[in-house]
Amino acid sequence: MTALLALFWRDLRRAWGSGALWLPVLFFLLVATAFPFAVGPDAPLLSRAGGGMVWVAALLAALLPIDRLVRPDKDAGVLDQLAVRGFADEVIAAVKIGAHAIGFGLPLLIALLPAAALLAQDAARVETLAAGIAIAVPALASLAVLSAALTANHKGGSAIGGLLVLPLAVPLLIFGAGMLDPSGRGAVKLLAATSLLLTVIGPFAAGAALRGLRE
Amino acid sequence: MTELLRLDDVACIRGDRLLFEGLSLALNRGEALWLRGPNGAGKSSLIRLAAGLLRPAAGTALRRERVALIDEAAALDAELPLRRALDFWARVDTVDGHSVDRAMDVMALAPLAEVPVAMLSTGQRKRAAMVRVIASGAPIWLLDEPANGMDEAAQARLVAAIARHRANGGAVMLASHFALGVPDLAELDMGALA
Repeated sequence: MTALLALFWRDLRRAWGSGALWLPVLFFLLVATAFPFAVGPDAPLLSRAGGGMVWVAALLAALLPIDRLVRPDKDAGVLDQLAVRGFADEVIAAVKIGAHAIGFGLPLLIALLPAAALLAQDAARVETLAAGIAIAVPALASLAVLSAALTANHKGGSAIGGLLVLPLAVPLLIFGAGMLDPSGRGAVKLLAATSLLLTVIGPFAAGAALRGLRE
Repeated sequence: MTELLRLDDVACIRGDRLLFEGLSLALNRGEALWLRGPNGAGKSSLIRLAAGLLRPAAGTALRRERVALIDEAAALDAELPLRRALDFWARVDTVDGHSVDRAMDVMALAPLAEVPVAMLSTGQRKRAAMVRVIASGAPIWLLDEPANGMDEAAQARLVAAIARHRANGGAVMLASHFALGVPDLAELDMGALA
């Protein structure tokens, strides 16, 4: 348990060290800022389309750090050292997913407030967005770690990783954005179910991918 | 049980090449085995196979105790001071800070404790990896070219550490393309296996 905590803190420290904490956040805010420039300052239109835009930005923000989730650990021999110590690859993957969920999820939820303000979202919609994103964060982290593990052997893996994950994240996007629709009352349950499924599958799939890196 | 590590009739294939087959060996407490041979003979592969990082194409590898490994990667976070990078592995191995202190003294790294790992030379990084191995307290040491980049003083410390480990009932498997001067050493010439 001490060992797993040490792993978790190391991942979190590396995620937040050297200002990297602000990278997904800045990206997220940048998209939110750019969007009104693109569609014009019409408040009703912004308010209607902005929620969906927040979801797309959150999805992309989760994929930003794919490059440094697994590959540096593989290159430095850290994954081999952990395997020698008998840690199951699934456990390593689960720890990495947890650390990534906290590492990018917390800053993202904080950044949601200014982003929502820029996109003319009212208080009720901000609440819905925050709840939806909080539900989706573990699944997004799962997908990010999975694609990071799958592409750790390839140069320029992050681009391939993004392509791999985006289709899998579409259900999250549909149900998450669906929560904003007044008629979409079941969306939150479907979002939670999808997120749960991806979060449970994630460590096993990513663990298998980590094992594959050694062969 | 004095046997720590056992390989039974193992074969190893890398890419399309058969490196070795039908290889059996046992490593008992207090023993050390030197894997020698030219580059590409399969020394590193045999170490990784013994560590459980590679699955043998045939045969079985059995480890009865914990394993500590050195390979070409130092596995220390480059941005951290050396001591903190080593402390991470001490926490993973659930050993206390004193073992790290003692191991750093053994490899004469105590003066570099606050230096970032990125600033260390190749030999110093190998010594740091050796500190991790010593501090881990694992009975089985698998050392792949542990002396690369080390100066003579550091090599002497490495040889002394190996001797002390064996005296304490540990076993060492050592892959190296040159003789380190470890006394009472069994040899396996990997070049003759191909």
